[in-house]
Amino acid sequence: MDDFWIILTGALVASSCALLGCFLLLRKMTMVGDAISHAVLPGIVLAYLVAQTRASLPMLIGAALFGVLTTVLIEVLHKNGKLQVDAAIGVSFTWLFAIGVILITFFADKVDLDQECVLYGEIAYVPLDVWISNNGSNLGPISVWLMGANLLIVLAFVLIGYKGLLITSFDPMLAATVGISTAFWHYALMSAVSLTTVLSFESVGAILVVAFLIGPAATAYLLTENLRKMLFIAVGAGIVAAVGGYLLAVAVDGSIAGAMAACIGLEFMLAFLFAPQGGLLTAKQSFSKKDKQVVDLDFH
Amino acid sequence: MDFLSPLQDPNVRWVIIAVSLICTSASVVGCFTFLRKRALIGDAIAHAILPGICLAFMIAQTKNPLILLVGAFVSGWLGVLLIDLIVERSKLKTDAALGLVLSVFYGIGILLLTIIQSSGNAAQSGLDKFLFGKAAAMDQQDVVVFTIFSAILLIIVIALFNTFKLISFDRDFALVKGFPVRKLEFLLSVLTVLAIAIGIQAVGVVLMAAFLITPAAAARYWTNKLGIMVILAVLFSVASGLLGTYVSYEIPRMPTGPWIVTVLTLFTFVSVMLGRRKGVLYNILQRQRNERKMLRENILKCLYHLGEDDGRFGQMRSFDEIQQKRAFEQANLLKGLKKLKRRKLVKLYNQQAGLTEKGIEAGARITRIHRLWELYLTQYMQLPADHVHEDAEAIEHIITPELEQELESQLAYPLVDPHDRPITYNPNQNG
Repeated sequence: MDDFWIILTGALVASSCALLGCFLLLRKMTMVGDAISHAVLPGIVLAYLVAQTRASLPMLIGAALFGVLTTVLIEVLHKNGKLQVDAAIGVSFTWLFAIGVILITFFADKVDLDQECVLYGEIAYVPLDVWISNNGSNLGPISVWLMGANLLIVLAFVLIGYKGLLITSFDPMLAATVGISTAFWHYALMSAVSLTTVLSFESVGAILVVAFLIGPAATAYLLTENLRKMLFIAVGAGIVAAVGGYLLAVAVDGSIAGAMAACIGLEFMLAFLFAPQGGLLTAKQSFSKKDKQVVDLDFH
Repeated sequence: MDFLSPLQDPNVRWVIIAVSLICTSASVVGCFTFLRKRALIGDAIAHAILPGICLAFMIAQTKNPLILLVGAFVSGWLGVLLIDLIVERSKLKTDAALGLVLSVFYGIGILLLTIIQSSGNAAQSGLDKFLFGKAAAMDQQDVVVFTIFSAILLIIVIALFNTFKLISFDRDFALVKGFPVRKLEFLLSVLTVLAIAIGIQAVGVVLMAAFLITPAAAARYWTNKLGIMVILAVLFSVASGLLGTYVSYEIPRMPTGPWIVTVLTLFTFVSVMLGRRKGVLYNILQRQRNERKMLRENILKCLYHLGEDDGRFGQMRSFDEIQQKRAFEQANLLKGLKKLKRRKLVKLYNQQAGLTEKGIEAGARITRIHRLWELYLTQYMQLPADHVHEDAEAIEHIITPELEQELESQLAYPLVDPHDRPITYNPNQNG
């Protein structure tokens, strides 16, 4: 039964991340997901200090605040400070992460957290923390409920916001002319990513969140041109990686999160090599590297 | 001196040397990755290094820093190759390739790390310190290895400085000039991986990216010259390194790496605000300076126009008369006139102001540029004469003497503007 709960949690995280990851990928913003997942650390520590509990709600609030703070800091450095965007991302999240580590060490005797648990998470402990209802019946692991709820929120967000997300991702200019706010969908998507990151943290850790956000979406992107199909393939690839990763981890007696990330990498590699169109080994090479250079030179 | 007392501890000396070396090599390489707009590649490499460290340990069964460094280097380098391959041969953009390699390599690293841990090898304890760094616990052996590799890195960078500069600023030009750009870029990647592999054992995976990006970002606000940028970045970085080390020495259990990064980031924030090149505060001051300059020039022009009206350019005029010609605010007018008086461009007494000889010349110049520009716009841009005043009003303040001459000769020294007002030339100038 434990196996089932762990795989189910992995699959739920994978599905939420895969859906959001597709939009991050299309907006060329995948590294913002990485940044948020590291930068929420001080938020979690502060929430823990204030609320004196590992309950999810205070942590969620603290982390969400820092998730938003990260995106704002990046915007300010980029727009007002005129710092190039990749550097703005790098400076912001490393700093917030450093603050988080300092806070953890500073309050080490008061905080039952360590950076390792936040960074890798421990999905193997998911079945241990169960929800016992008032009349004493076992309702299953809390993580499953949380991640299930998150998946419903993400699904609703994607279904309701599909048009807005689609237009602002593919054609910001068109969006502006028909009066769809790019900024609104930007921050809405970022909030959804923050929420998912934070909720997934405890169960699977920051790195696996990043892997789930980027990997399945990237795999799906290589396999189709159609956004709807891309969303379905990404979710499928995420779930397969969750199952395969668990089996791999059991086989080699290692980290489940690590093994799931490894499976995500394997899936991507297969798509990269064998995709029906554009695969490295399957497609006709329309341009070899040399041709490309010639084209470049002609163009100049 | 109390501040220097930690130096008597030999362990602290090793740590200080090692931290300075790490900061120096990372910030030098960081300047190039920053300029090539690849700031986040440091983050990806830092994560990609982990499986290499684990494999090196699994094969050699030792925590010898040199062997781990080799493992780190190989897998970091493989990560860079894969990122380049994915970007070149698929639809994916750089950010996705970075994130993918970063998370998958790191995941594999964690997997290997847990396999090592469950294998019960006694020597493995402390291997996970690579994730978060152990700056305060570095010993002589670490420092010797770091020193050798940092020295190699710095020598290569200094030797090839101008070439690296060229491919960072103007890749296309370097290509046309026949430089082996691909090979040089490859060498830069190798150096980046090396700098990260050196630093990661001290500061950990996540923070390593900051050692690359943050000093370069701070330095960029102070200069346009690469040489100065590199020197500033090294200064910021080493200063933060020493401060961070000091804090972690003074306050028990405080981690060195995060403190270094925090100090570094403060340097960056200060630079963003005050930087001479494009800092926020500098821009504000610049704008105010421009506004004051425009005010002064507008006053000069107004007095000159009054002179044109009655032919008496040096005449004293009351503030009322000036304000009737052009609606200056009283306070601004007085401020501008005082400044102009100090520059001996106007005479000022008894609520009256008039142009000096020098002032007449300056007023004539502004008026001339305004009219020349109006003429230029009507002749070259085909704009109607009643549409050009606003543009000329804005441009007259920023035309340099060189541009002025260019305008004059392009327009063949016209005598009147589109409104048939005379354009007078400075008798002291040729032409």
